Amino acid sequence: MTSMKDLLILLISSSLVSNVVLSQFLGLCPFLGVSKKVKTASSMGVAVIFVITLASAVAGVIYKFLLVPLHIEYLQTIVFILVIAALVQFVEMFLKKTSPALYEALGVYLPLITTNCAVLGVALTNVQKEYGILTGIVNGFGTAVGFTVAIIILAGIREKTQYNDVPESFKGMPMVLLTAGLMAIAFCGFSGLL
Amino acid sequence: MSNPKKKADSPWNRLVNGLFKENPTFVLMLGMCPTLAVTTSAMNGLGMGLATTAVLMMSNLIISLLRKVIPNRVRIPAFIVIIATFVTVVQFLMEAYLPDINAALGIYIPLIVVNCIILGRAEAYAYSNPPIPSFFDGLGMGLGFSFALTCIGAVRELLGAGKIFDTMVLPKSYVPINIFVLAPGAFFVLAALTALQNYIRIRLKKAGKADKAAKIQSGCNEDCMNCKEEGCSKRFYDTKKDAKTDAKTDAKAKPEAEKKEEKKGGEEK
Repeated sequence: MTSMKDLLILLISSSLVSNVVLSQFLGLCPFLGVSKKVKTASSMGVAVIFVITLASAVAGVIYKFLLVPLHIEYLQTIVFILVIAALVQFVEMFLKKTSPALYEALGVYLPLITTNCAVLGVALTNVQKEYGILTGIVNGFGTAVGFTVAIIILAGIREKTQYNDVPESFKGMPMVLLTAGLMAIAFCGFSGLL
Repeated sequence: MSNPKKKADSPWNRLVNGLFKENPTFVLMLGMCPTLAVTTSAMNGLGMGLATTAVLMMSNLIISLLRKVIPNRVRIPAFIVIIATFVTVVQFLMEAYLPDINAALGIYIPLIVVNCIILGRAEAYAYSNPPIPSFFDGLGMGLGFSFALTCIGAVRELLGAGKIFDTMVLPKSYVPINIFVLAPGAFFVLAALTALQNYIRIRLKKAGKADKAAKIQSGCNEDCMNCKEEGCSKRFYDTKKDAKTDAKTDAKAKPEAEKKEEKKGGEEK
């Protein structure tokens, strides 16, 4: 069994030290795309936390109780991507029925998350590193929190620098990428944390 | 969906189109996650590029062959199953024959599934064109992707370690700028690349070649509703067209369809 301490360390390492976007480059599209405003960025972040935590739980259960007993571990990629796609659809339908307010807030972002490679990435990492279900969920949650922290910071910086005078070629995406690069340097500082 | 002219469908044209005119990385800015993650060296870039090429060719071919069988409504899950099948095949082949590169690329090999180039090409080309042009479209796009990845990898390796393909190129007195092989370097290189793209686009616009300029895209912002980019191949986000009419039925049809497709995927293996 993994102790509380191990889980805490895993949480910190997956959210800050090896940040999913800034050091592993997963989930880059929404990171760059939905970070114009802090408000939308935080909604996206919450949606991602929700889906990744849920997906890593479901993927972990399916892997352990379906794929391993049937000896079809090699189907993991196919199964996981389908599970994630179905899960996102299901969550969307569920939210629409039960909590329209939450659906209003997250609705637009949910379908986009299916193609967010961070979700599949977490599920596959959990299997690769042979995490148990609980450890997997903690890893997923930490990763998603890391994503949210990064996207909110980037959105904050973008709001501040929106009207800066930059060379015309650097307007838009290049500036965002430079910002992300500087953030990545800053996040390198966390590597001394553990 | 755009209908390319007859002549544009010849194998040679598809090849050139993918390599240069619509280079997925340099022109269309698709598949950025693997582009940034694996280009720490030219070799890794090439390995990733070729793995993607293999998947792209086969998935384009199969999707094109099955294009009349796959119902429009469940096409995305169907594509994903086909793509995931080939990714798994490639993953095992690499594990067996190229263990070094496989270890270096790690999790990014299975993540080829969510590479938007592949789904993008399936949607934008293979689903509406015959098998042979589709196959060559995949080959061209894949080679274009490999070419771009190798170039970016070479630049990063050169600046970050003074090497290209693991052979020392720069004199020993050169102090490597380590940051270029680390994560931040990837962002900086891509920033420079997109800035260059913007520069070319601005120049083209000034020269009055607006149609050419429109083809160059500066990265997807995932916000397809407000996206001004034309000719985007990430059509599955084209919410304007069919989302409203299809959304309700789609949501119901999807889980069922997926179960079916899952079986299908198994058989295709």
